[in-house]
Amino acid sequence: MLALASAVSVDPFVFRLAIFTLACFVGYFVVWSVTPALHTPLMAVTNAISSVIIVGALIAASAHAFMGSDESVKAAFGMTRLFGFIAITLASVNIFGGFLVTQRMLAMYKKKG
Amino acid sequence: MSANLAAFLYLVSGVLFIQALRGLSSPETARRGNVYGMAGMAIAILTTLFSIRLEFGSLVLILGGLALGGAAGAIIARRIAMTAMPQLVAAFHSLVGMAAVFVAAAALYAPEAFGINNPDGSLHMQSMIELSLGVFIGAVTFSGSVIAFAKLNGNMSGKPIMLPMRHFINLGLLGAAVVLVFMLIGTGGTGAPAHSLFWMLTLVALVFGVLLIIPIGGADMPVVVSMLNSYSGWAAAALGFTLENTALLITGALVGSSGAILSYIMCKGMNRSFISVIMGGFGETAAAAEDDGIERTVKRGAAEDAAFIMKNAGKVIIVPGYGMAVAQAQHALKEMANLLKEEGVEVKYAIHPVAGRMPGHMNVLLAEADVPYDDVFELEDINSEFGTADVAFVIGANDVTNPAAEDDPTSPIYGMPVLKVWEAGTVMFIKRSLGAGYAGIENPLFFRDNTMMLLSDAKKMVEEINKAL
Repeated sequence: MLALASAVSVDPFVFRLAIFTLACFVGYFVVWSVTPALHTPLMAVTNAISSVIIVGALIAASAHAFMGSDESVKAAFGMTRLFGFIAITLASVNIFGGFLVTQRMLAMYKKKG
Repeated sequence: MSANLAAFLYLVSGVLFIQALRGLSSPETARRGNVYGMAGMAIAILTTLFSIRLEFGSLVLILGGLALGGAAGAIIARRIAMTAMPQLVAAFHSLVGMAAVFVAAAALYAPEAFGINNPDGSLHMQSMIELSLGVFIGAVTFSGSVIAFAKLNGNMSGKPIMLPMRHFINLGLLGAAVVLVFMLIGTGGTGAPAHSLFWMLTLVALVFGVLLIIPIGGADMPVVVSMLNSYSGWAAAALGFTLENTALLITGALVGSSGAILSYIMCKGMNRSFISVIMGGFGETAAAAEDDGIERTVKRGAAEDAAFIMKNAGKVIIVPGYGMAVAQAQHALKEMANLLKEEGVEVKYAIHPVAGRMPGHMNVLLAEADVPYDDVFELEDINSEFGTADVAFVIGANDVTNPAAEDDPTSPIYGMPVLKVWEAGTVMFIKRSLGAGYAGIENPLFFRDNTMMLLSDAKKMVEEINKAL
């Protein structure tokens, strides 16, 4: 069993696909249980969390070419840092704006009395 | 930070995001859920910051971007009017889309930084496919959301714009995108040719996004907003595969399915198929609907009459629609409900799933006006109660109360679930004019004997009723 597992190693892509597929199902059940009254906050908060794409932007902003790389590679890395900066800014608008506006909306929902 | 620890923390962050959505199953738990969401985001960002090699220049870029975007976001969140929420959500979707495009661009320009290159410097083919998907969906989300924003914000007419041969144009664009992706793979993903192919792909996707949304009319906006929500999730998920990041994968899947479910609920609320909404043009063909030439009379009422009838009623059900949002009448409406309650009248609110311009739009506006959420009911829960109500008070809604949906098989909205306001003793409609609704369909209720038309601006009319009470 062990020998088989090490002989035929599974591409990590398959594991990521498994996580993704299962998360789709989790999302399906979780979202169906959201009360219709909170559908607008749901959209605002999904907006905020999808900005976790900022992790890619952070990596981009910290990209550095190896010492001795040629000029075109250095230029490409310069562009990468710029792209990273733009994406960080855009995603931050969403992260802060999305969570805060959700919080503001949720604070308004009150019970009788 | 070790790669294993980082991967574990990303998983924690993904689980916290699931908790954030789970909290929304009731208003009591929702606030805590939102805190989980923020914690998840903080963990994801900090984990990344501790995993990368930070130099002074990068740190300036990162902190600068966070401060700039964060400040803008915080100000917008604080200042935005609740009635403008659909536009805001569309604008936020466009930002996610654009961020996805730039992250994909970064991965292509510096694959070494993301660890997706082969030893010879070229990109993994698999990464290029994921990246292309991410940039395509991201760009469609961006330009589609910009159009949705313009339509919702009134910068652009809500009327569908139907280009001739648009289905062929769209298919052509999709074909072009596929060809570009193959060419991109052919270049190995490095050098100037790959970069220009990437931007051409982005351009094709941007045009496609615009063409996708312009034929869709204002009444179908709830579906469009939900659909773009879904797309922003799929874009994030595609890049989650490229970046091999669990938090991004889980989030993308959550957001993608969330938007898809909301689209489904909205379509069901209109008894339309998703395909027919995407094909667009609704409200254009129907606008030419029959004018049978028969002069029909409507009973117009004044604020005093309405106030008198409601004061003496036992039960009033209020049906808010988009017109209430436009007139910002929710606060005046809440005051009216309070005055009626003092008179001993039972007041409830009935909300149709597609009332307004986005899912849950009316609920937020009523919550803003301090209406307790246990006074607000969904269609299935209240539809049987109209028979026992003395007054159905319809403010700025039309199509969602049209009996033609039940009894006229030739009507374009036939089969759509509607609020049975006509079963109430008296139906009051506040409308600015006798015009048809967004679907372009006349409401036969206007001409019934037990209907009273209050033709005025919604807010002004409610305020006058309040004075008379």
